[in-house]
Amino acid sequence: MPVDETLSQFSDWSYTTAVAVYVLAMVFFLVEQSFGRKGRQAAARTRDERLATASASGGGGSAPVTVLTAKGMTTGASDPSREQRTRPERLGRMGVALTVLAVLLHLAALVLRGMATSRVPWGNMYEYIMAICLVTVIAWLVMLRRYPVRHLSAFVLLPVVILMFVGGTMLYAVAAPLQPALQSYWLVIHVAAAAASSGVFLVPGVASLLYLVRARHERNPASFSRFGPRLPALEVLDRIAYRTTVFAFPVFTFGVLCGAVWAEAAWGRFWGWDPKETVAFVAWVVYAAYLHSRATAGWRGTRAAAINVVGFAVTVFNLFFVNLVSAGLHSYAGVS
Amino acid sequence: MTDTVSRESRPSPAGHRPTRTRRALAFVRNTWRGLTSMRTALVLLFLLALAALPGALLPQRELNASETASYIEEHGWWGRLLDRLQFFDVYSSVWFSAIYLLLMVSLVGCLLPRTTEYLRAMRAGPVLTPRNLARLPHHVRAETDATPEEVLATARKRLRGWRTVEREEADGVRSLSAERGYLREAGNLVFHFGMLGLIVAFALGAMYSYEGQVIVHADGQEFCNSGTFNYDSFDPGLRVDGTRLSPFCVRVNDFDATYTGVGQPIAYEADIQYQSGADLESGTWRPYHLEVNEPLRTAGDRVYLLGHGYAPTFTVTYPDGDVRTKTIQWRPSDETTMLSQGATKFDPPGVTDSERRREQQLAITGLFAPTAAFHGDILTSTHPGLNDPAVAVDVMRGELAVEAGRSQSIFGIDQSMVEAGRLERVARENLRVGEEITLADGTRISFDGVDQWASLQVSHDPTQVWVLGFAVAMFVGLGASLAVKRRRFWVRVTPAAPDDDDLRRTVVELGGLARTDQAGYGEEFTVIAGDLLHREPEGGKAR
Ligand code: HEM
Repeated sequence: MPVDETLSQFSDWSYTTAVAVYVLAMVFFLVEQSFGRKGRQAAARTRDERLATASASGGGGSAPVTVLTAKGMTTGASDPSREQRTRPERLGRMGVALTVLAVLLHLAALVLRGMATSRVPWGNMYEYIMAICLVTVIAWLVMLRRYPVRHLSAFVLLPVVILMFVGGTMLYAVAAPLQPALQSYWLVIHVAAAAASSGVFLVPGVASLLYLVRARHERNPASFSRFGPRLPALEVLDRIAYRTTVFAFPVFTFGVLCGAVWAEAAWGRFWGWDPKETVAFVAWVVYAAYLHSRATAGWRGTRAAAINVVGFAVTVFNLFFVNLVSAGLHSYAGVS
Repeated sequence: MTDTVSRESRPSPAGHRPTRTRRALAFVRNTWRGLTSMRTALVLLFLLALAALPGALLPQRELNASETASYIEEHGWWGRLLDRLQFFDVYSSVWFSAIYLLLMVSLVGCLLPRTTEYLRAMRAGPVLTPRNLARLPHHVRAETDATPEEVLATARKRLRGWRTVEREEADGVRSLSAERGYLREAGNLVFHFGMLGLIVAFALGAMYSYEGQVIVHADGQEFCNSGTFNYDSFDPGLRVDGTRLSPFCVRVNDFDATYTGVGQPIAYEADIQYQSGADLESGTWRPYHLEVNEPLRTAGDRVYLLGHGYAPTFTVTYPDGDVRTKTIQWRPSDETTMLSQGATKFDPPGVTDSERRREQQLAITGLFAPTAAFHGDILTSTHPGLNDPAVAVDVMRGELAVEAGRSQSIFGIDQSMVEAGRLERVARENLRVGEEITLADGTRISFDGVDQWASLQVSHDPTQVWVLGFAVAMFVGLGASLAVKRRRFWVRVTPAAPDDDDLRRTVVELGGLARTDQAGYGEEFTVIAGDLLHREPEGGKAR
């Protein structure tokens, strides 16, 4: 199947623009993080949530009810958006709008790549990193809808921008057809699962890092004295990390499983301790340890967060070191 | 375990023995408890991850023996030390096995009690309503005009799908306990049992599987899985001695590689025929189109197309008119251009004296390029496809020492013979197809053409279906154990007592407890409570 040069060119432009818009959005978020009151508010609000008032909603029933006491019930009554917005907050909102724009460009770059080559757009490392980063930003946007953490967006966008920069410069690969080993529908399933889970794993990685910073600050207010208080409460960071990990872990497991099935068809064995397989195994065990640690007394909190950061490090290691440095069967990087 | 317990409770006749026995038993019991605790599992998991890592960083003998050997050589004492510590055979090393065996023990020790506990919990139903519901993380206390029976009826309806139990308490107070999410624990058990099964099946696979590689010329040459000697290399599991291989035969009729203009491969395909089972007797051959990602599955084995290469054909015409033709596979030294290396070896014909025959052996050795380009006299290849083949060869005459016990690569000559002066170069030439060299004694050597060969791998692993089954079970269990949430919900209704000022209306108390993922329960509890109480609070402001 010939490669459509024009579409490929549009894809490249779209990619570059997306990175530029991400950088701009990052600047906006940094302003909000540094000067906005969002950080402190966020922390305060999570504390309040636990003491929130009760509201027993529901359509007109029969008997009149008087609620005497309630606890642990949430309410949607207080709406922070009605409070007056400061300039940094407006910038933060613009940052979100820019991020959404960049996501659209990013998505366009990926789709155009696929159309240019008439195949799934994750056949080499450049494309793979592009896909991972897209998943990360989308996952983060979903988190933004649930938790008051907008001002932290810059910390998620930073690794994304770095990855995309490295991908777009050092690892860039010209649009080309797939080598025979990759011509399989398992490429669609296995790599999609791997990219989706790696992309999502970036979010708990960042959240857990911030957790460690905040925990350190709470133990000793002198360390990170300016930065620490602007982070949300530990609970919020822990919840973000847990929710995203719990989503990504089964997807990752599925990806590894599909990889094994594919390896059986392509390489003659379903598992052979190829470097990529080994590091995937290590990452899997680390994330399993994370899930265990949250169910083990004395390991919740800081230790769990540290484990998640290790998992993040292993994931990045798997992405770069194993593809670029070691010589394994997974050397589809397309950078020779 | 049962054994230990019964022996401990038996009264002991001896004097000092019991204390020592008891102490030993206590030690065993404590070790067991320690080993099966969650914290130990966690530490073992970490150790396992850590222990697996060197396998990704250091070359592994099982995957690449020659790279391993040169790594050890390069790193001197350090390499030898790592070797002694089994760092080049990580996955079969003592320490790696020890960790995962301990993890298995821990897993079993953890699963058995959890399974029985789970079954007991399933049978027992939801737990009693706590005396003080206000202590729970989620709690509402409200008054209603509905009767207790109405409240409970509503609750029963709303909590359909939960397991519920109703109980009578003192003074007409009634309560309902509800619990949901039993599937989570079931999924968790399935996951862990699946993992156990997977590890066992994996270990068995390592014992009963085998793998062999063989190069077959794509000109109708046959290969039969009748013995290990048919393979170029054979890697048996611990319990495989190579005597009872599944019988089948494969014949490679044609091999085809397709490349883009710049030499990127697009497709490798081989037309083969095979026979197995009854076909072996009847002599029937069945066709198969062998491709990367499309192995042939027959007789419980799989046949893969792993690689390919070229086999140049040389003809030697001796001065006395004798002609010998050979087509021997050469080995690609550069996968992207398929520049290949090899040695095609000839015995002199008609020489019976073994001493003299050995001195008259010939070897044609050097480089082969499928698409030749010459930089001066240096041959390179510019494309992996067979567009313009040429060879750059040295013709060596003398003693090849092929029979001399030491196994010799078919792709090269014994350099020590060259150094000893017993093998001499008699010509060096670049040849295109059809060209020939004439040696001083009148022997003519011609390069006649090129064949292709395919390298096949045969794999046998009787347990891999089991591994897949357990892996799928693990995945399903994992999904259930992470997605299902365990929640408890209690309702306690205290009927109105007309004579009591405080209790003119029915008092309803609701309590909620999340057994997992605490954070998510708030909203859900609010919704259920709202449905049960049916009404907005009328100014009745809560704390
Ligand atoms: C390679 C070894 C193991 C892996 C990969 C693994 C994986 C997992 C996973 C993914 C979960 C779900 C976590 C969750 O529900 O949040 C889990 C839960 C659990 N595992 Fe394991 N496990 C392993 C070994 C063990 C061992 C040896 C034990 C016992 C000592 C154990 C005990 C438990 C327990 C008690 C839970 C329930 C945690 C909860 O309540 O959420 N696991 N395990």
